[in-house]
Amino acid sequence: MTTSIVATSGKAPRKTLRPERPGSLHRRRQRVGWLFVAPFTAVFIAFLIVPLGYAFWLSLHTKSLAFGTSFTWFENYAKVLDDPAFVRGVVRVAAFAVVMVPLQILLALSVALVLDTLTTRLAAFSRLMIFVPYAVPAVIGAMMWGFLYSPNFSPANGLFEFFGAQAPNFLGSDSIFWSLVNVVTWQWVGYYMIIIYSALQGVDPEIYEAARLDGAGGWQTAIRIKTPIISSTLVLITVFSLIGTLQFFNEPQVLQAVAPSVLIPEYTPNMYSFAQAFSYSAFNYASAISFSLGVVVFIGSYLFLFLTRKRSGLS
Amino acid sequence: MERKLLAAVTVAVAAVTALTGCGSSSTAGAAAKATCTNKIVKADAPQVTVWAWYPAFQEVVDLFNTAHSDVQICWTNAGQGNDEYTKFSTTIEAGKGAPDVVMLESEVLSSFAIRKALLDLTQFGANDVKANYTEGAWRDVSSGSAVYAIPVDGGPMGMLYRKDIFDKYGVTVPKTWDEFAQAAKKLSEGGFKGKIADFPTNGRAFTQALFAQKGATPYQFDLQKPTEVTVDLADSGSKEVLKYWTDLAKQKHVATDEAFTADYNTKLVNGSYAVYLAAAWGPGYLKGLTGADPTAIWQAAPVPQWDPAAPVQINWGGSAFAVTAQARDKALSAKVAKEVFGTQEAWKIGIEKGALFPLWKPMLESGYYKNLAYPFFGGQKINQDVFLAAAAGYKGFTFSPFQNFAYDKLTEQVTAASTGKKSSDQALDDLHSTVVKYAKGQGFTVTEK
Repeated sequence: MTTSIVATSGKAPRKTLRPERPGSLHRRRQRVGWLFVAPFTAVFIAFLIVPLGYAFWLSLHTKSLAFGTSFTWFENYAKVLDDPAFVRGVVRVAAFAVVMVPLQILLALSVALVLDTLTTRLAAFSRLMIFVPYAVPAVIGAMMWGFLYSPNFSPANGLFEFFGAQAPNFLGSDSIFWSLVNVVTWQWVGYYMIIIYSALQGVDPEIYEAARLDGAGGWQTAIRIKTPIISSTLVLITVFSLIGTLQFFNEPQVLQAVAPSVLIPEYTPNMYSFAQAFSYSAFNYASAISFSLGVVVFIGSYLFLFLTRKRSGLS
Repeated sequence: MERKLLAAVTVAVAAVTALTGCGSSSTAGAAAKATCTNKIVKADAPQVTVWAWYPAFQEVVDLFNTAHSDVQICWTNAGQGNDEYTKFSTTIEAGKGAPDVVMLESEVLSSFAIRKALLDLTQFGANDVKANYTEGAWRDVSSGSAVYAIPVDGGPMGMLYRKDIFDKYGVTVPKTWDEFAQAAKKLSEGGFKGKIADFPTNGRAFTQALFAQKGATPYQFDLQKPTEVTVDLADSGSKEVLKYWTDLAKQKHVATDEAFTADYNTKLVNGSYAVYLAAAWGPGYLKGLTGADPTAIWQAAPVPQWDPAAPVQINWGGSAFAVTAQARDKALSAKVAKEVFGTQEAWKIGIEKGALFPLWKPMLESGYYKNLAYPFFGGQKINQDVFLAAAAGYKGFTFSPFQNFAYDKLTEQVTAASTGKKSSDQALDDLHSTVVKYAKGQGFTVTEK
């Protein structure tokens, strides 16, 4: 994962112009190339393309409880767009994206910039520690936070009591948004930090030397030199973060066990799709919701990449 | 070169077949030969697969398998409640993978029967065992003349209370809901740190039972006319009950903690609530919780009434064994559903180790069960005092074929009402219109009352 990102942030691959000679060696090489990707392609088709196609096929049908299944073209999609529960979910994840994405990127960038300038053992240790939450499986992490947020068992109670205050209800309808932001940020900042950090390590130190000779301080080097150089990496992780946030599912689904009335089944579009499929047995409608969410994610990511096309290096 | 290419081809093909082949062969294997949690006693007898989550069910299965040479139960615990339903639902959609016999709560029977996932057991002699069950219990598993499951355990409701807390604050055991409200006030004003009870926003079947006590009959549905449903969720009875509880919550006399969370479980036993409005399986539930107050003295009393002159008994939960449409040997599966909890020995395990409330009359009406003294309640004979009368007075209840959706919406609306975002009347009006709209969207002809 990280190596490929370093590659994109480095110099653009040099194009070697080779005369297109239809030689037998060349053709054979091509065939061997296909063989090398064949295992991946088979798995890719079997576990991604086929299920996607099947889900799309499902979404074009309607199955109601009272009547059977019928082919209804895009009727489900019209219903999804008209479904206030779906729209509320999209608005909710959009709000999460607005808060969470910049927060994560800023935190990750700051930490990576600081760690990049340090060469002590403490820096290596901190890097590992900040990365550790990402190594904890998302579900386990969410369960752990569920315990930390619990009104009865949370160590926060003792902490607040020590200062003579009462701990806030982390799982209330007003605070759950921030509680979730906290869980996701805790989990992902380390991962983004590592990506940015490796991009920074790939930068030629001569540039910094030149900057120092020109009289740039540490702060200026970080803001004016380092950050712009790794901007394509920043764009990339922002897209990761954006896609992840729009598909928000694991954390609210796990925390539902401790806050069932607040984290309702329609809290995020993915949760809503899950509920429709497995609680209300509306598999067709659930497929339509998933595809609609996919379109939202696609538009969101495309829009972002389009707006940042000068920085991303992808144009 | 050629040889290398050949080798590469062989490896790639082998890898692909291994990967894809592995997937298909393992699913085929699972369908053909199920793995059982229990040991099969008589290996050559035909097997019936069963999904159930009853506590101590292993022993019941062993008992059955030892006693039968014509059939053996192959049991799997596929999760409790919704966990199992999600899996069962997926097997229905897939058209394979369902067990022969499945444990279901009565509230979801219609939801699965309408998907043609359950067999009508009258063709397999269900009516032969009808006399073994009370009228209310039988009504819960029937729809019109069809019978979709054999009742197992019930959830007649009672009031479990902390005698030590009541005594300390001089509160007498409330017999009506008016007295209950007064007791709640007395406890709060007397300096009791906790609340008299919890009115959970996600009470689902519990909340529905409280509404039913004041005459709510939210649904009329008959699987013989599967496209017609009557919905009446905003009736005056439900509105009165919800107002009663949200008013008490506003005055901070009752708690509004979410049920079935770890926090709630602890609060049930650590003295945060003086009363646990519970089904007959409640005592077993309490016993299994940690963090209990060691000085607690629990007693059981009948559930408070709106009109003591005309008491109404209510039910929370209760489950049954249904035979799935995918069952391989349907008659044999029906036999298992009818007989697994059809002996005194099986029920002794169910009662003493599983804390189940039997719906099977030979046990329900036995002297043993009536006189059973419970050490948890200081030796009180809670069946005689509370639950037998509650079960006898229960008339049955009709659930909707979209109960999970209706409950999810009930949770949303009760949350809105108890946090003061809307009035209790408005919440139930909104619940009614949401559910009606959903039912119409599912193709039902909806009659509103």
